[in-house]
Amino acid sequence: MGFERLQDLEVKVLGSYRLRTVLEEADVRQLRVGDVAYLSGAVFTMRDMAHLRALELLRRGEKLPFELKGGVIYHCGPLIKGDVVVSAGPTTSMRMERSEPDLIGFTGLRGIIGKGGMGNGTREALKKHGAVYLEYPGGAGALAARSAKRILGVYWKDLGEPEAVWVIEVADFGPCFVTMDSNGETLRKKGKA
Amino acid sequence: MDASEVAEAIRILETDLPRDIEERLRVCLSGEEGNSREALKVIIENIGYARQRRLPMCQDTGTLVFFVKCAGSQDRVLDTIREGISLATREVPLRPNTVNPFTRENEGRNLGRNNPIVHFVEEGCEGGKVTMQIMAKGAGSENVSRSFMLEPDRGVGGIKECVIETVADAGGKPCPPIIVGLGVGGSLEWAAYLAKKALLRPLDRRTEDPTAAQLEDELLPEINSLGIGPMGMGGRATALGVRVEWAHCHTASLPVSVSVQCWALRRVSAVWDSSGFRILR
Ligand code: SF4
Repeated sequence: MGFERLQDLEVKVLGSYRLRTVLEEADVRQLRVGDVAYLSGAVFTMRDMAHLRALELLRRGEKLPFELKGGVIYHCGPLIKGDVVVSAGPTTSMRMERSEPDLIGFTGLRGIIGKGGMGNGTREALKKHGAVYLEYPGGAGALAARSAKRILGVYWKDLGEPEAVWVIEVADFGPCFVTMDSNGETLRKKGKA
Repeated sequence: MDASEVAEAIRILETDLPRDIEERLRVCLSGEEGNSREALKVIIENIGYARQRRLPMCQDTGTLVFFVKCAGSQDRVLDTIREGISLATREVPLRPNTVNPFTRENEGRNLGRNNPIVHFVEEGCEGGKVTMQIMAKGAGSENVSRSFMLEPDRGVGGIKECVIETVADAGGKPCPPIIVGLGVGGSLEWAAYLAKKALLRPLDRRTEDPTAAQLEDELLPEINSLGIGPMGMGGRATALGVRVEWAHCHTASLPVSVSVQCWALRRVSAVWDSSGFRILR
């Protein structure tokens, strides 16, 4: 089961959920701004360069070497030593704003984790395609890495370690705060980060 | 002075947040509610966890910026710093952050052309002694920092507007609560240098210079009234403090630089003298 409502978390929020990848559209559409999620399963780290390369392939009609349908991407350049994730908090999501709407449209990803909020293009794409944007507290990289259980794979290492796509298995990764939902609602008004 | 000592200073820099910053974050907690409060709690928990496990608190181990006082050979100090960074990159470890700005190619060494960034500070050098202050500056907050060349008739009001505009536009991007370094006067590059240098001054000591102190006192509540809050999720704690440095400037200029610093203000001081190497906190 990909979706479970948690009853008794001490966190005072709208709702707390436990999510497991792969996510279904119907599940994601229940999430609202203000909800808190704890995620288990696979996340794909993708930042500036991975977005550019993915779109370059997708626009040419080619496939990605990994499957993002129903998946969750993480705006993160992890600090890795050998096969250990040492520190892995989110990076500023706004840098990916120019690429994100198309990536959502092409791939059918269901979740994006980052920090600092995103723009109107992403807001529209989340609404249209049924996906959600969540934020993990920025800079809390050491704690975030505690939720990383193992590295499942790595793609595009030639982009450099921070820009590569690391597939990381996480367990109860959170709190991830929903700040943009699939109804077009955002935590930060005025349509900016 | 050897590379392993520089690497040790970098390890402490990346894993052990200065207490004055941690203290301010804890004080802020009581003023926050809802998810902003939860985010701040995670940030504070992470600081203790990283210190205890000797892990880099943030995966962005930053661009390392060195402020060095030394009476002897600068070349030798530079070489030792470069070696120390190589060692720290493997052992702390540091994320390989340094790329060619045009090709974005990453050699994985955290070194490159005109990099690392080392400022040799001329004042207060003593023979036989090397003092090094190191900062790790993450891109999230460096990217939203700004410089302005104001016309002098903008006055103090204009300087404040630069700060408020920079912080407001930055929103949640630089991992608030932030610390604001403000450099005023000098020249384009000097103001930016002073803004960053201002961040080296601890928050638990009052600024001696009355002009700087007054600006700091006036700007902090103004910034916190913006309501950006922890991680930009709303609240009171937008900034933990403001630090101002200034220099006299050309009669026709008013350079202003705003260095935005995330909560992870990683700074450390290391000293080499006749009694050897030590870290000052
Ligand atoms: S802005 Fe600072 S705390 Fe946030 S991710 Fe960057 S380095 Fe880490």
